[in-house]
Amino acid sequence: MLGPFLAVLQRDLTLAWRGRADVLVTLAFFVIVVCLFPFGVGAETNQLRAIAPGVLWVAALLSTLLSLHRLFAQDHADGTLEQLLLSPEPTALWVLAKVLAHWIVTGLPLVIAAPGLALLFDVEQGALGVLVLSLALGSPILALLGAVGAALTLGLRSGGVLLALLVLPLFVPVLIFGAGAVDSHLGGTGATAHLLLLGGGLLGAIAMTPFACAAALRIAME
Amino acid sequence: MMNGTETETEDGTKRSRSLLRFAAPQVFYPIAGRLAPWFAWLAAGLCVAGLWIGFFVAPTDFQQGEVYRVIFIHVPAAWMSMFIYLIMAFWAAVGLVMNTRLSFMMAQALAPTGAMFCFVSLWTGALWGRPTWGTYWVWDARLTSQLLLLFLYLGFIALTQAIEDSRRSDRAGAIIALVGAVNVPIIYFSVQWWNTLHQGASVSLTRAPSMASTMLVGMLLMALAAWAYTFAVSFWRVRSLILERERHTEWVAAELDEQEARA
Amino acid sequence: MLEAQELACLKGDRLLFRGLSMSLDVSGMLRVAGPNGVGKTSLLRILCGLTMPEYGMVRWHGEDIRRDRERYHRALLYLGHAPALNDLLTPLENLRFACASGGEDPGAEACRAALVRIGLGGQLDLPARVLSQGQRRRVGLARLFLSAARPCWILDEPFTALDVAAVADLTATLEAHCEAGGTVILTTHQDAPFTRAPRVLDLSGVAC
Repeated sequence: MLGPFLAVLQRDLTLAWRGRADVLVTLAFFVIVVCLFPFGVGAETNQLRAIAPGVLWVAALLSTLLSLHRLFAQDHADGTLEQLLLSPEPTALWVLAKVLAHWIVTGLPLVIAAPGLALLFDVEQGALGVLVLSLALGSPILALLGAVGAALTLGLRSGGVLLALLVLPLFVPVLIFGAGAVDSHLGGTGATAHLLLLGGGLLGAIAMTPFACAAALRIAME
Repeated sequence: MMNGTETETEDGTKRSRSLLRFAAPQVFYPIAGRLAPWFAWLAAGLCVAGLWIGFFVAPTDFQQGEVYRVIFIHVPAAWMSMFIYLIMAFWAAVGLVMNTRLSFMMAQALAPTGAMFCFVSLWTGALWGRPTWGTYWVWDARLTSQLLLLFLYLGFIALTQAIEDSRRSDRAGAIIALVGAVNVPIIYFSVQWWNTLHQGASVSLTRAPSMASTMLVGMLLMALAAWAYTFAVSFWRVRSLILERERHTEWVAAELDEQEARA
Repeated sequence: MLEAQELACLKGDRLLFRGLSMSLDVSGMLRVAGPNGVGKTSLLRILCGLTMPEYGMVRWHGEDIRRDRERYHRALLYLGHAPALNDLLTPLENLRFACASGGEDPGAEACRAALVRIGLGGQLDLPARVLSQGQRRRVGLARLFLSAARPCWILDEPFTALDVAAVADLTATLEAHCEAGGTVILTTHQDAPFTRAPRVLDLSGVAC
């Protein structure tokens, strides 16, 4: 049963490694978006400190969105998706493997880069742990929800923009709790509630979205 | 040994069975056509009555003056926009489970009306907010949720329009409608949470002074008018969807000939 | 055995065929024939369970394939138009992944042997993007040697882009599979040197 899961995971990671320039683009986008904000809102330290959690989270969200359309596109074009759908193993399982590989390649670098960027905004060092934790719990939810959108818009002409329209409203709760975690840690109320809600959301997303995604892929391949 | 047979079923019994699934829209088409004008007249009557009560009978609010009268449009529109999303998700689920094409068409026929009501409630809300709070927009939990609901509607409409194959667009739309319906409570809850953290209780929309009974009647009439309007336009819209989807069938050709002859 | 009952297929808003019924005993070969656009590929995809027919049902050993997808797909090997080849992976990696995603693990040696047997011994470690059309086709066909245990093979234009020797070899493989008790359903526009002509299902008979 784990065979296809591991096979898909290993293959997608191998592919990401062979095309690693693509992966770096997502990370570079994240860094550049974050660095644009001081130019837009002014370099006043207190203000930057106040908007930092929101800026980092919105940038992470946009970077995730940027890479989502690649999740199934190549496999769709070369027929691999067809073969995967004919696998006797449960579809949701290998979908989960694909999303996991995608997150490791595009989400994890953001989580790792975030504390460094937070320092550019003079975020208190005690809050960096919460920031990393909130991103580590929240960005997989974004990838899981985004996978459903990517499956629904597979092969459509206006796929990229449509994908954004479909998934961005769904990203709002994650953004609220993710950025809120850092904010309330800084505000002194503690981030436990936010992080627990994010963790619960992650479990819920792992339990439900692979099935929605599997159904969407079957529909898209008909 | 191998045994390959192919048969074309031309005898009546088998054919009628195989056409059973194509039949439902055909049966619904004339029913919708007959009901839609009734609902339209009902909507017009209720709307006139509701607006008359709202604008001329209901007393002036002692705090807000005449401005408050926009709620006779605003509140029913907001209610309706939320109801319609639920009904849409319901038809989407029925379509996915029972595999009935008419339910997908119903979902798609409802979406533009839902989006319209959503937009109307946001617009009238802004017009109401300007004199009442001094600003067109506040990031209040309700307003924000309503805005996100509008985005969900637009996403559904855009997705179903972008997919040319009608079967794929039906099913893909149904999935996004259901995913949205699961997310609506989560969005509402999170937005409320966010709102209490960031804003405190600066503007309270729930503060409703004891409503005069005439106001209640006016609002109720307008809500019913919105329902009747929704029935009427979604029936008309589903009729065009049926004609478009079934344009290659014999009954649609016959129907169109008949309509041309009448015109 | 594979049975189809009164299949109807709608493509876009055009009804391709209607009232198509057929049944295939355990072993044998069926060639789906008909002019371009008559719905051959669509029929194969319906038989695989990739596309849902507008009406009708496909059964495998008496059970609706939608109801018991897992058992059917364990018995099925489908090779479609697209060769399911990733350009960044080598033929060997592609083949191993194809097997693993289907829930089999024949091992690296067996995969290597299958690729050598189909004539790709020299390209084992090259990325797939440098392969020719015919060679790409062969990587997919190599699965036939590894999936002999799957009784039902559905092949969409398997002879396309192959040279004469490869066509002969493939024909022999397909016939051996049928003799061993397997089923083969295929479409082709080419004449393949079958020793016994396969049964033909002409779709123009049921086309709308």
